[in-house]
Amino acid sequence: MRSRRMSLSGWGRFPVQECEVWRPERYHDLMLREGAMTLRGQGRSYGDAALNENGNVVLNARVNRFIEFSPDTGLLRTEPGVTLEEIVSVCLPHGWFLPVTPGTKYVSIGGCVAADVHGKNHFRDGSFGAAVQAFELLTADGARLSCTRDNNSELFFATLGGMGLTGVIGEVTLQLRRVESAWMKVRQKKSPDLERVFADLADGDPEDEYRVAWIDCLARGRHLGRSVTMSARHARMDDLSGTRRGQPLVVAPRRKRTLPFNFPGWALNSLSIGVFNHLYYAREGARGGPSVSDYDRYFYPLDAIAHWNRMYGKRGFVQYQCVLPSDTAFDGMREILERLSRSRRPSFLAVLKRLGEESGGLLSFPMPGYTLALDLPLRGRGLLPLLDELDRIVIEKGGRVYLAKDARLSAEAFRHMYPRLDDWLAIKGRIDPDNRFTSSLARRLGLEPPHG
Amino acid sequence: MAESTTGTVLVLGAGSAMARGIAAAFASHGHALYLAGRDLEELERIASDLRVRTGVDVDFGQFDALDTQSHAGFVQAVLAEVGALAGVVWAVGYMPAQEQALADFGEVQRIIDTNFTAAVSMLDVCSAHLEKESGGFLAVISSVAGDRGRQSNYYYGSAKGALTLYLQGLRNRLHSSGVRVLTIKPGFVDTAMTWGLPGLFLVASPEQVGRAVVRAVQRRRDVLYVPWFWRYIMLIIRHIPERVFKRLKL
Ligand SMILES: Cc1cc2nc3c(=O)[nH]c(=O)nc-3n(C[C@H](O)[C@H](O)[C@H](O)COP(=O)(O)OP(=O)(O)OC[C@H]3O[C@@H](n4cnc5c(N)ncnc54)[C@H](O)[C@@H]3O)c2cc1C
Repeated sequence: MRSRRMSLSGWGRFPVQECEVWRPERYHDLMLREGAMTLRGQGRSYGDAALNENGNVVLNARVNRFIEFSPDTGLLRTEPGVTLEEIVSVCLPHGWFLPVTPGTKYVSIGGCVAADVHGKNHFRDGSFGAAVQAFELLTADGARLSCTRDNNSELFFATLGGMGLTGVIGEVTLQLRRVESAWMKVRQKKSPDLERVFADLADGDPEDEYRVAWIDCLARGRHLGRSVTMSARHARMDDLSGTRRGQPLVVAPRRKRTLPFNFPGWALNSLSIGVFNHLYYAREGARGGPSVSDYDRYFYPLDAIAHWNRMYGKRGFVQYQCVLPSDTAFDGMREILERLSRSRRPSFLAVLKRLGEESGGLLSFPMPGYTLALDLPLRGRGLLPLLDELDRIVIEKGGRVYLAKDARLSAEAFRHMYPRLDDWLAIKGRIDPDNRFTSSLARRLGLEPPHG
Repeated sequence: MAESTTGTVLVLGAGSAMARGIAAAFASHGHALYLAGRDLEELERIASDLRVRTGVDVDFGQFDALDTQSHAGFVQAVLAEVGALAGVVWAVGYMPAQEQALADFGEVQRIIDTNFTAAVSMLDVCSAHLEKESGGFLAVISSVAGDRGRQSNYYYGSAKGALTLYLQGLRNRLHSSGVRVLTIKPGFVDTAMTWGLPGLFLVASPEQVGRAVVRAVQRRRDVLYVPWFWRYIMLIIRHIPERVFKRLKL
């Protein structure tokens, strides 16, 4: 196998680092014979989780075979490079959908286990890990271990959300969920202030399977936190009419557009975002009763535009996603939103979700509470200090920042956010004493075996 | 006339990315497959993948291109298992760095044996069978490197060039029998062979190659350049006078 020297970045395009990149085609070549390594799926984590500055990065893109799929039970076993897009296109025609999906389908199943990703149904169904029945872990000593909740369970929970640092996540066995159609029944509703959003996310219609709020984070004063709350569930046969009913599992593929160049820095400023937010709130919030949308538009609105990250210009952006536990979330989010709107640093995309039970993953992000995700362009000075301030609020309120989105957290802050870090480090020390699995994120946050 | 969608396509050298792309394209047209190669574990993975994705029947078995003695028996065994063959894809290839070959004649022999001798042995067996059945196709991966010898790659290039000439003769001989022969000449395709090589541009994906190969077989084409513009690049390269060519650093 040959490698290629490349400049790589995550989806946020910050930081950019030189890496030695390998792309095996065979399952057993996912584990490099020598040297330290970082696994990389589709590079859709935002920061430096799938980077290894001046070191080896192993792409799993070509190791993407479906091994087994039962249309009767919805049990699926694949190699780690299979993308969620491929799973939907193969399994949805049989009436099976992803149990949990992030906001893009261009991610690998290995990356979803490594980050224990969550979706808009976390409050109800938990994270990706909840649907993972088993995976194979290729470890530093060359073993192939089958990990389940009962078998090698320590490794199972150290790997779920463990950002690829315990070994190569090989074959993954996933339980899909039954759906009657490829359509979603969606309702939108204005939530005029923070109190109402929290209430709307916490106790909406018990039929809702998905719930999320889009926040206008430039709104201030009594409008602080005003949002459009969107709830949805998979449409059933009697929600559909006409041709849709005849072929409920088929939707026409969307035209895909590409953002051809980086936007100039001034295109997204507090004025343009403010105007956009205003219009969006007025228009989307005013929509009448429920509507029916295909799954693709509902779950993956941004996927219709390839390279949409260029919208943030050449210098890229960081996503700041934090979760605060239920009892402190309201005050904490208010502080964060006030801090943000005072700074006049506009976030184009600000999303609030409610999260449910933890998955047991030692470094998994989700905890019962509320999570806020912000896209912040890297421009001017001051952004990183602002985020450090937000970290302090998050720590004070007992919350944490999401590693799959992070590019700048300090090791110190990280330690305060993840209380099971020491348990994880002990397992890391046992399974990978020579630190063969590392990444730029791991070095930054001290995710390395003790005395290693 | 469109190629019928019945009958199995035998893919030789099925473990490579390009072979996988071609196999997937035939499967998506409803062809059953028999995958042959060295690494059984990998073949099993590729076979289950194609089964799940396309729903066609996929068999697989071990095959060593360099063991020419085994070729006839291997094809007999495949036929016993799958019944009739719609066609055969030859995707076996070996391209080490030229310096490696310059330093070691064993490498040169391996290049010639894998890219030429093994192909001739196997394609002789397969074409005899298809001729008897009066139909079917042979789709064979040669290379643009076989269109002209260059200092950077002439061992591999000459073996592929010999294969291209052999295929011309075979096509000529089989024309009246209804058996079609397609010579595939990939330019740069994004595979393990090209990953990490400097200076590559406009690389085709294995999936694009697969679709192009199926189309060319259906349209009864003789020679396929993929990506298509390599036909014109090679047209120019073939027509540079030797006096000039020998001075070039190619
Ligand atoms: C538009 C967009 C929306 C998103 N929405 C959400 C969301 O709603 N919820 C959410 O949770 N996340 C979300 N994400 C983040 C994304 O789901 C995660 O970052 C996911 O991990 C990306 O998968 P990937 O295949 O691109 O992995 P990469 O980014 O390539 O890698 C992510 C991590 O996984 C590790 N890894 C990858 N493959 C393996 C393997 N085979 N073995 C071991 N480790 C491996 C890497 O080392 C790295 O640490 C979103 C991202 C984008 C771009």
